[in-house]
Amino acid sequence: MEKLINEFSVGLFFWQAVVFILLLFLLKKYAWGPILNSVNEREQGIKDALDAAQKAKLEMANLQADNEKLLQEARAERETMLKEARQIKASMIAGAKDEAQAEASKAIAGAQATIEAEKKAAVAELKQTVSSLSISIAEKIVKSELSNKDKQLELVESMLKDANVN
Amino acid sequence: MSAKSPTKQGASSEDTRSERKQKVKDYIAHHLLDSHDFGLFSYTDEVTQQKHHVGFPLPIILWDGGLKVFSSSKFHHGETVAQVDGNYYKIEHAKIYKTDAKGTITYDTSNHPTNIAPLDFSITKGVFMILITAFLMFFLFKSLAKSYGANAGIASGAGRFFEPIITYIRDDIAIANIGEGKYKKYMPFLLTVFFFIWFLNMFGLTPLGINVTGNIAVTTALALIVFIITTFTGTKDYWKHIFDPLGDGMPWAGKIFIYIILVPIEILGIFIKPFALLIRLYANMTAGHVVLGSLLGLIYIFQNWIGGTLSFGLAFAISLIEILVALLQAYIFTMLAALYFGFASETHEHAEEHDGEIAHL
Repeated sequence: MEKLINEFSVGLFFWQAVVFILLLFLLKKYAWGPILNSVNEREQGIKDALDAAQKAKLEMANLQADNEKLLQEARAERETMLKEARQIKASMIAGAKDEAQAEASKAIAGAQATIEAEKKAAVAELKQTVSSLSISIAEKIVKSELSNKDKQLELVESMLKDANVN
Repeated sequence: MSAKSPTKQGASSEDTRSERKQKVKDYIAHHLLDSHDFGLFSYTDEVTQQKHHVGFPLPIILWDGGLKVFSSSKFHHGETVAQVDGNYYKIEHAKIYKTDAKGTITYDTSNHPTNIAPLDFSITKGVFMILITAFLMFFLFKSLAKSYGANAGIASGAGRFFEPIITYIRDDIAIANIGEGKYKKYMPFLLTVFFFIWFLNMFGLTPLGINVTGNIAVTTALALIVFIITTFTGTKDYWKHIFDPLGDGMPWAGKIFIYIILVPIEILGIFIKPFALLIRLYANMTAGHVVLGSLLGLIYIFQNWIGGTLSFGLAFAISLIEILVALLQAYIFTMLAALYFGFASETHEHAEEHDGEIAHL
């Protein structure tokens, strides 16, 4: 310890302190400041670039997911449209069938009515023809049988009366 | 550089082994001290028996009732008395003492000169190397700073080597010990002190034979700056940790007995921390120089091929280790300074994290 104190040189201490402090301030201003700034700036730049790349990657993934979603939606829509179309088709066919059936039954009913009416008309005509035929036959018979006109008329009238009653 | 230089064997071949040992011892002791001229080596002329010194003189600046500036060549490498303005000065063990025309130096009982030693602000070998290192660092790092602008934010040249060291100091020394928020104001000091110590340590390994970081005055100046920065940037929590380490969790009556012991220890700690810094650097660098000097001195002591070769091999191996030590000591000094700054600038929420680190110091 005593040796150390003896060796201690005030001049060297003084110069070391002065030179070092001077060097500290000079380097701070002209070297360390600019150096650390440049290094920090560069590191910040690298960090920013990496962040941007990460962000772009994320955006890309998002975009892809969006696309996938859109595609899925479109597919679903197509599916529903197809389904709807199928339903419409089925209902249309069913409707048409019903309509056709109704139309057909209507036509049949019409035909039946016509047939009925024709039948009636035919029956009436037949009756008329039969009556006129029977009259003419009866006339011929009566003509031949009855020469007396008065008697004839009496007979006819009685006969007609019978017929009307019928 | 020494009057008893062992570099030349011729004149001293008749010396006994113990005499040679003493010479080596003196030489190492002399080497560890600062010197007033920049000597590279010296030799003794075999014919004229005259000593020749190779090197250059440095300016002597004394304050002795007025400023006295003269060249160290007046001392003739410590061999003669220098006469300046009617005063006589003599160099004794790398210190300048006032003396008379004959160069009388009186000693006290413990063999210390009793002559008056004037205030010595000379540009000694150490100061000269400090200045060289300062200039080197200034231009080196200024050119690195410039290269960023010229090279689109990327270092060029020697800066490519130094930039990773700077970022290492920032990330693993400053941010790791001080914290993200406050490290910035300490960065200039940490960077300067790291490169300053490292460069001077490396210069110490060159054949120039300088030993600046192994000088107690230099390490004291560095540690004092650490102490000043720590003390003046100390936060409220730092001082509270020293004067009231237990906090509010205990009543005063209970704390007072513990504090009688604890607070003085904490206060002592403020001074011990930088003191440990200055001793650690001084001792490590001095030890390295002593070991290297001794191993090289063995060549002179043995004076045969086997011993010489062996010593050379050992010295070479130690030199390699010393290159590592040069870097390591700069790192340790910077690391511990950052740690102390971390204590000083800590705020409370962060105080607990450091408890473990104090324990292993």
